[in-house]
Amino acid sequence: MIKVQNVSKEFSEKLILDDINFSLDKGGITSIIGPNGAGKSTLLSLMARLMPLDQGQISFDDLDIKQTPSGVLAKKISILTQSNHISARLTVLQLVMFGRFPHHKGRPQQADHAHVARMLELMELDEIADRFIDQLSGGQQQRAYIAMILSQDSDYILLDEPLNNLDMKHARNIMKSLRKIADEMNKSIILVIHDINFAAAYSDLFIALKDGKIIVQGSVDDVMTEANIELIYDMQVDIKTIDGKKHAFYYT
Amino acid sequence: MFKQDKYIISALVVAALVCMIIFLTYQTQGKWSYVLTLRGTKIIGLVLIAIAIASSTIVFHTISHNRIITPSIMGFDALYIFIQTVLIFFLSVQEIQSISPTLRYFINLALMIAVFISLFYFLFLRSNRSIFLLALTGIVMGIFFRSMTNFMIRLLDPDSFSTIQGLLFSSFGSISNELLSISALLIFICLVIIYKVRFQLDILALGREKAIILGVNYKKLVFMLLTIIAILVSVSTALVGPITFFGLLVSNLAYLIIKNQNHVNLLVTACLIAIITLLVGQFTFEKLLELQGTLSVVIECLGGITFIWILLRTHKR
Repeated sequence: MIKVQNVSKEFSEKLILDDINFSLDKGGITSIIGPNGAGKSTLLSLMARLMPLDQGQISFDDLDIKQTPSGVLAKKISILTQSNHISARLTVLQLVMFGRFPHHKGRPQQADHAHVARMLELMELDEIADRFIDQLSGGQQQRAYIAMILSQDSDYILLDEPLNNLDMKHARNIMKSLRKIADEMNKSIILVIHDINFAAAYSDLFIALKDGKIIVQGSVDDVMTEANIELIYDMQVDIKTIDGKKHAFYYT
Repeated sequence: MFKQDKYIISALVVAALVCMIIFLTYQTQGKWSYVLTLRGTKIIGLVLIAIAIASSTIVFHTISHNRIITPSIMGFDALYIFIQTVLIFFLSVQEIQSISPTLRYFINLALMIAVFISLFYFLFLRSNRSIFLLALTGIVMGIFFRSMTNFMIRLLDPDSFSTIQGLLFSSFGSISNELLSISALLIFICLVIIYKVRFQLDILALGREKAIILGVNYKKLVFMLLTIIAILVSVSTALVGPITFFGLLVSNLAYLIIKNQNHVNLLVTACLIAIITLLVGQFTFEKLLELQGTLSVVIECLGGITFIWILLRTHKR
């Protein structure tokens, strides 16, 4: 269970997050949606302890992120950040194996190799496992980084715009894989995602941020209304139900 | 890929051993015990310096994610000269000579480590890790220390001035014997610690965010490594004086040879290359050309050329 209590964050006296409170039960996919600059990435970075938490408390399964040793948290939380440049020259396989570091501490065992192989297969990377990261396309790199995060095998997986650089097919495959991981392995996945239809199709819950505050929160069906979307994005859309699923039409 | 590294390292070990044997036995006259002690101490000194400079440079590169800036390019030699000058400026020559060399060494070491750590801690952990800022600050600090030194030297009497000159020019030929064992101990402790965190070094090379996500206590680890770098650089500078480009030379040779990011292999290779370079250089100058004290100039020249070459190559990319 994730608890976020009274979290605020300022950058040079500008309030990015303003008293955020929510809690999420273990399991399922939650999407954080909202306009640019709403504070979504900042919230994820705070949760993953990449930024210092000045105000408020965040805990995962009652482990406070400020008090728990980093090595323990590494088995609890993993995060895919938006920019993932690595200056070191690594192959896909080496990169994904680094994701296992919290478990093997530098000495990969049989189980680690097996896990990495599964993740490479899941992300359709097995054919390019021995290529160097800097020689891959943007989409291939993105999948390699996702594979690295997933091979960390943490209970909570935070992904900041995982569909960046991905074509339709790979975007869908990754969302399907995430759904599978959430359902079969009982992982909690939290996404920051811009395509509202993608989010609606694969998520259980929505948390909508705007100007550093949570303005709407709830199940996908409850949040996906014309009034809510207009409140979040200042934009009018048509919501239509097709085969029992709600879709937002905003292309015209 | 790792197998290839093993062959390279074995070959380097053999080369280093051959260098040592030649250095020990070439044109020996008189009693063996005397010759071996004399040359043996010299070899130990050179090996210690080589290891200290090579490993501190590699670790610094990993922390700062660059392969150009080394602790010495950051103006560390200037700091060394500055501390020497300050000591002589405020104490008389007699007073300095009345302090035992070991104590003087420790005072020197303590001062340098203190200044170095505070500089790097504030610069490095509070500057958003911008390499350019770090480099520029280092260069400005170097200029500051040099100007202060020049100013103080102008006010010195000729006696103190000649003492200072003796301290300022590095010399691989005249390493003080009694300080070797202390230095060896310090370097050994540093190496043990580096070896203990070798896997975390590999993770650190991925960048700050990835290191934190993978459970490395980033701040603590970086602070500890900076302390180790400070000790290693201080030890080598205190032993032979300032050498700016040597670390850059050997670390980049190691990066050329070892193509992956395995830090144990990188560190071992860089240390071996450094040992071979120093031994071959010292041997050539001392025995073949019968010159004294000019090795540092040649090494600086080669290292300087490497520095410019790397700068140009990076720029092209």
